[in-house]
Amino acid sequence: MSIAENIRLAFASLTANKMRAALTMLGIIIGIGAVIGIMTLGDSLSGYMTSTMQDMGTNNVTLSLKQRQEDDKRTGSGGDMAQMRQQMMAQMMGAGEESPYTEKDLISAAMLSDIREKYADDVDYISVSDSVGSGSATDGKKYANLSLLGVSADYSGANGIDMKDGRFIGERDVDGSRKVAVVSEKLAAKMFGAASPLGKQVFLSTDTHSGTYTVIGVYWYKRDMMDASAMSGGSDNNLSTNVYIPLSTAGRITGNDGSQSVTIVTKAGSDSAAFAKEVESYTNDVFYARNKDYQVSAFSMDSMLDTMTQMMDTLQIAISAIAAISLLVGGIGVMNIMLVSITERTREIGTRKALGATNGEIRTQFITEAVIICLVGGIIGIIFGTVLGAFGASLLGFPASASLFAILLASGFSTAIGLFFGYYPANKAAKMDPIDALRYE
Amino acid sequence: MQNIIRLKGIAKSYFVGHPNEFRALNGIDIDIKKGEFVSIIGESGSGKSTLMNIIGALDKPTEGQYFLDGLDVGQERDQELSRVRNKKIGFVFQTFNLIPRMNALRNVELPMTYAKLPYQKRTERAKELLRLVGMGDRMTHQPNELSGGQKQRVAIARAVANDPAIILADEPTGALDTNTGHLVMDIFHRLHEDEGKTIVLITHSNELAEETQRIIALRDGEIVSERAGSGKGGRAA
Ligand SMILES: Nc1ncnc2c1ncn2[C@@H]1O[C@H](COP(=O)(O)OP(=O)(O)OP(=O)(O)O)[C@@H](O)[C@H]1O
Ligand SMILES: [Mg+2]
Repeated sequence: MSIAENIRLAFASLTANKMRAALTMLGIIIGIGAVIGIMTLGDSLSGYMTSTMQDMGTNNVTLSLKQRQEDDKRTGSGGDMAQMRQQMMAQMMGAGEESPYTEKDLISAAMLSDIREKYADDVDYISVSDSVGSGSATDGKKYANLSLLGVSADYSGANGIDMKDGRFIGERDVDGSRKVAVVSEKLAAKMFGAASPLGKQVFLSTDTHSGTYTVIGVYWYKRDMMDASAMSGGSDNNLSTNVYIPLSTAGRITGNDGSQSVTIVTKAGSDSAAFAKEVESYTNDVFYARNKDYQVSAFSMDSMLDTMTQMMDTLQIAISAIAAISLLVGGIGVMNIMLVSITERTREIGTRKALGATNGEIRTQFITEAVIICLVGGIIGIIFGTVLGAFGASLLGFPASASLFAILLASGFSTAIGLFFGYYPANKAAKMDPIDALRYE
Repeated sequence: MQNIIRLKGIAKSYFVGHPNEFRALNGIDIDIKKGEFVSIIGESGSGKSTLMNIIGALDKPTEGQYFLDGLDVGQERDQELSRVRNKKIGFVFQTFNLIPRMNALRNVELPMTYAKLPYQKRTERAKELLRLVGMGDRMTHQPNELSGGQKQRVAIARAVANDPAIILADEPTGALDTNTGHLVMDIFHRLHEDEGKTIVLITHSNELAEETQRIIALRDGEIVSERAGSGKGGRAA
């Protein structure tokens, strides 16, 4: 009896008992569906996270101020997680929200130049920024929304800013606290039209400050995840872009002489995760040893990515374990129904043996049937899980990507369940005594 | 003429409720020639079916020797016995035993499937056989869409699918009315006379037994009489 013949037989017996087959498959469908669903979601999520974080730069190490806690022992991944969340929040919200820290707690320019000197081999740039607030540029009827940001000269290198025209804020602009600004090409177009904005004056105002600045450069605007107006999907007309001014100029407005958070870009080839650890302990030992309230913590994009991936993996393993239990129960269900089936079909088995079926052929027939039940259930589960996972991903706003690996794994797994749980009933059928089987009432 | 079936001192014991040995068959000696049409009669419980299961290589005797076409069945492994049943023996049962959910054609194909005949060939032969037993117009019917007589005709077509030398029929007319029973008997006669099949028929009907060449009577697991019937010799006899 050929494989094709056995498969045909298996489908015939499934369709003869549709309700029973469907109920039997349910355990498999749920188990496989759950695994595929979570894997699809996980793959979509980590794919998105990875690409986003790579955009942000895997060489970046963020050094930021952190309140001391009574039980401040950075142990295990829990600490990493909490820290990471805190950093993420700081990044998203923009530093410089209402702050209980005082001038002396902040990361000062002196500290940074010390770090730059000590770790000359590792540090490429140190980028410091200080948010002044959001507001607009106005000139008669013309206006453009903006966020005013004080930055160090290294900021452009660290954040991959692409200049269209002119130059970025330089050391001398910072040293001299000059009233110069670098604007986006969007803002330039709105305020100055086709004319070159370089050297032109622009009037900027925020809630707390207003002043006239000289435009020294234009950068290409990039929509990114951290851009609040891009997220809210505002029209181009209301688009708010960053306007960069020298850090010291911003410091005069905000009164900050140091920073809450700085980004250190490590040189290509240096281990940013290791560097983060080192710079953190160095800074704390040297500058914050006597500070009772504050210290700094450093984390690298690299380690954040690792933590993220680890978290995703742990989640997937946890869900997979639950799904495995569902599959086990499903498999037992398949075994049970196969035992019922062979009992019901005892006479058929006897007849087949009388007609010349070998024990092996009977065994193959029933194993095939069990495998087909599981495989059909598995395929339904895969479809169901992929749709569910994709739906979940789109609900969270991530691009969905089906996990081919998970699909192949699930198909293989269903087959294995069929083989494993089908073997015992099939073997029982194969070993039936033909006479007893034929006599069976 | 060669004896296709040779039973020498066959006994079959069942052990029901342990030390109680029950001898369903006791010291059976039968020789059946190739192409012979033999009937076995005897009252219920006399051991007819037990004997037939042994002849059909479905069961092994507890004592004695059985040669089927020269092969010592007692010595063979399960695998070989399956092959023997498939190629050399065609079973016809009182209860038809068609496989449910398989239409007439597929049922007839089944022994050829186990013989690994290619699809085209077995379908063709199954159709031909169904036409031969007068079921040409019901090939795609499921067993539950057929009458008893029709089922038995399909079962006979299935029994001869692999062109076996021997047909074993255990009360094939037992579930049928007299007329239908005769119709089925006619098919056996045709198979015997035209195709030279060796047929062993178990029946409760003396009338049908008379039509065969030899009548063996069993009682309590032993042969009590053996006599010639009025049946004609087959082509091979
Ligand atoms: N598996 C078994 N275990 C115990 N006893 C059995 C078994 N099979 C058959 N028997 C006994 O063997 C005897 C012969 O049974 P068998 O089926 O051969 O009778 P039979 O002649 O075919 O009867 P019938 O005409 O009613 O079919 C019976 O008494 C039966 O009870
Ligand atoms: Mg009987």
